[in-house]
Amino acid sequence: MADPTIDAASEAVADGSDELDVPAIDLPSDAFGAVLDALDGREPDEPLRFEGFAVARDDAAAGEFRLDPAGGDPRTGLSERDLHEALADRAAAVTDWYVFERVVGEFGPRRAFLRWIEDADGETVATRYAALAEGIERAWGELQITATVTDRGERRYDLRHADDAGASVDDLDVYENPLDARDIVTYDDKGRYRPLKTAPSLTGGWVFPDLGPRDAYEAVETVYPATVANWHREREGELDVSHWRETMARQSGIYGVVKTWDRGEGHEHVNWVAEACCDDSQCLKRREWQYDEETDLDVDGGDGVFPCREPCSVVVSAARKWTRLESEQPRTYEFELTPSEKEQVEDIIDAVADGRIDDIREADTKEGANRYRARFLRAKLFDDDGNLGGVPTDPDEDDEE
Amino acid sequence: MQSLVIVAHGSHLNPDSSAPTYDHADTIRATGAFDEVKTGFWKEEPHFREVLRTVEGDDVYVVPLFISEGYFTEQVIPRELRLDGWDVAEWDSDGLSADQATLVAEDIDRAVHYCGPVGTHRAMTDVIVRRAESVTGDPNVGDDFGLAVVGHGTERNENSAKAIEYHADRIRDRDRFDEVRALYMDEDPEVDDLPEFFESDDVVLVPLFIADGYHTQEDIPEDVGLCEDHRQGYDVPTEVDGTRIWYAGAVGTEPLMADVILERAADAGADLGTALDDVRETTRVATGD
Repeated sequence: MADPTIDAASEAVADGSDELDVPAIDLPSDAFGAVLDALDGREPDEPLRFEGFAVARDDAAAGEFRLDPAGGDPRTGLSERDLHEALADRAAAVTDWYVFERVVGEFGPRRAFLRWIEDADGETVATRYAALAEGIERAWGELQITATVTDRGERRYDLRHADDAGASVDDLDVYENPLDARDIVTYDDKGRYRPLKTAPSLTGGWVFPDLGPRDAYEAVETVYPATVANWHREREGELDVSHWRETMARQSGIYGVVKTWDRGEGHEHVNWVAEACCDDSQCLKRREWQYDEETDLDVDGGDGVFPCREPCSVVVSAARKWTRLESEQPRTYEFELTPSEKEQVEDIIDAVADGRIDDIREADTKEGANRYRARFLRAKLFDDDGNLGGVPTDPDEDDEE
Repeated sequence: MQSLVIVAHGSHLNPDSSAPTYDHADTIRATGAFDEVKTGFWKEEPHFREVLRTVEGDDVYVVPLFISEGYFTEQVIPRELRLDGWDVAEWDSDGLSADQATLVAEDIDRAVHYCGPVGTHRAMTDVIVRRAESVTGDPNVGDDFGLAVVGHGTERNENSAKAIEYHADRIRDRDRFDEVRALYMDEDPEVDDLPEFFESDDVVLVPLFIADGYHTQEDIPEDVGLCEDHRQGYDVPTEVDGTRIWYAGAVGTEPLMADVILERAADAGADLGTALDDVRETTRVATGD
């Protein structure tokens, strides 16, 4: 997926209407020092490659350097001072190398994620630096990440809730330590505990305005744990999906019972689980697990950028409850509802299932799930024991009493 | 690159469950002994199944923040971490002596050092004593005081009681408290009758649990008689049948727990530098002014 910011910059070049607005970069001493360190110990035939050129130690004389521009004549016998001058002229490419090779480092998920943010494997340094100067925005779940570049070629990242996209930093709670995100993700807007980090209930009003690359990755992984690692595995074609059946078969202890829910009678029950728990309205991961290797579920897995590779602990816990509930046999209960009462029961179930209870206004009696309406229904239809329509849940209940 | 992974139970319902795990991880992170400190959970995220893939290091120490050897440390964690060839015999334990096993975690195809739980480590004894110091605000608490170490009991796991008795015995041997007793929630001697088991006027009650939750915040305070209903709260100390009970809450919330996590990793070969001394110093009870 190309970033629109990058596209805009590319188009400017393509139609020749405008030069890329690449920011001027001062070569920082730590980046130049890293180049010298990298060359130290290399043989002259082992050049250090940057976008558009390479540098190597010059075999003509110890301590001297050689610069090979792509498609141009090499410059040999450069002193350290000459090399610095040559690299300062190419500071964007040198700082780009320095950021990814020395600051970001090798760790696969972190490197891939930070390169993905600025499309480093698809766009040139000039295009990216021009886009970074404007700010490159990426979405990750409910997060918005904005990458920029300083005049020393360093990457900086602004991380916030996407709903706060246009907000001034001054109007948000400012954080620096990525681990502080643990407190942000613990409760939702209403102060309720969030047991599932990827639920679309991340609270807003905060910002990490100035993170370095490693801290940006750390903050994202704190908000949405292991999502980058799984996304990276998926990109590499190595995502290890564990489907419903094998995940349930693995459970033990109090969860061992869940495997008995699969009775070889189809997978409709798992469709219901996925519709209940894994819909994008409930979880931002894109469900990749199915009933089993051969049998896909019939409900949509969602559009999330990061994958879900197996039923999570929330699903397993809920499945334990459903395994017990679904072992009951249906019975026929007989009581009367008016058409509006039947619809009201449906309204109430919908309102709870969609989490809309708090949105229904106190005096809005047009809503079936309105509190007064629900209280009226209870007053009319429940007996003193709380039985709907006065019908006991257990038909033998009256005899036993 | 040396990495520490603390694995704990966590909760779908109670945000306090993971709080001690994060706190101890922060304490250890601040020592700089590990290049990275990660946390993984059974009920939170990252899950045991996925925590190792977030780990960068090649020298990985996994320490279970659990009280006793049993179902979680012997079955659930090794299975979910996908420790290839795990057999509880690797620990060669009598229920208290699990130290570590080095096995390849299939998830990352690298060897990890899988350590025994914090609760059975000898250093845990010091944490229980430190907890008594914290709750009384007295770094020298002991004279004229009894100490009750309280655990689940054997209902679910016989090793649970072993850990309680092990630490109670060790504290008793130090002759610091006038009396030390191991009490249980679901077997005799029961914590409900605490005043009957002590002659001391003051008794510190330290529950051997990792985190505060249902057992430590509702069950035990009500069973012991600190309050009729936990929602009313209780004072520390509270007098019950003539005994002043200093209720400490879960021992796992004591900052010195970080030391036990480090000890487990050190026993498994981690290079800690001065981290153990640093943690003992930074988690000391303030003597007050």
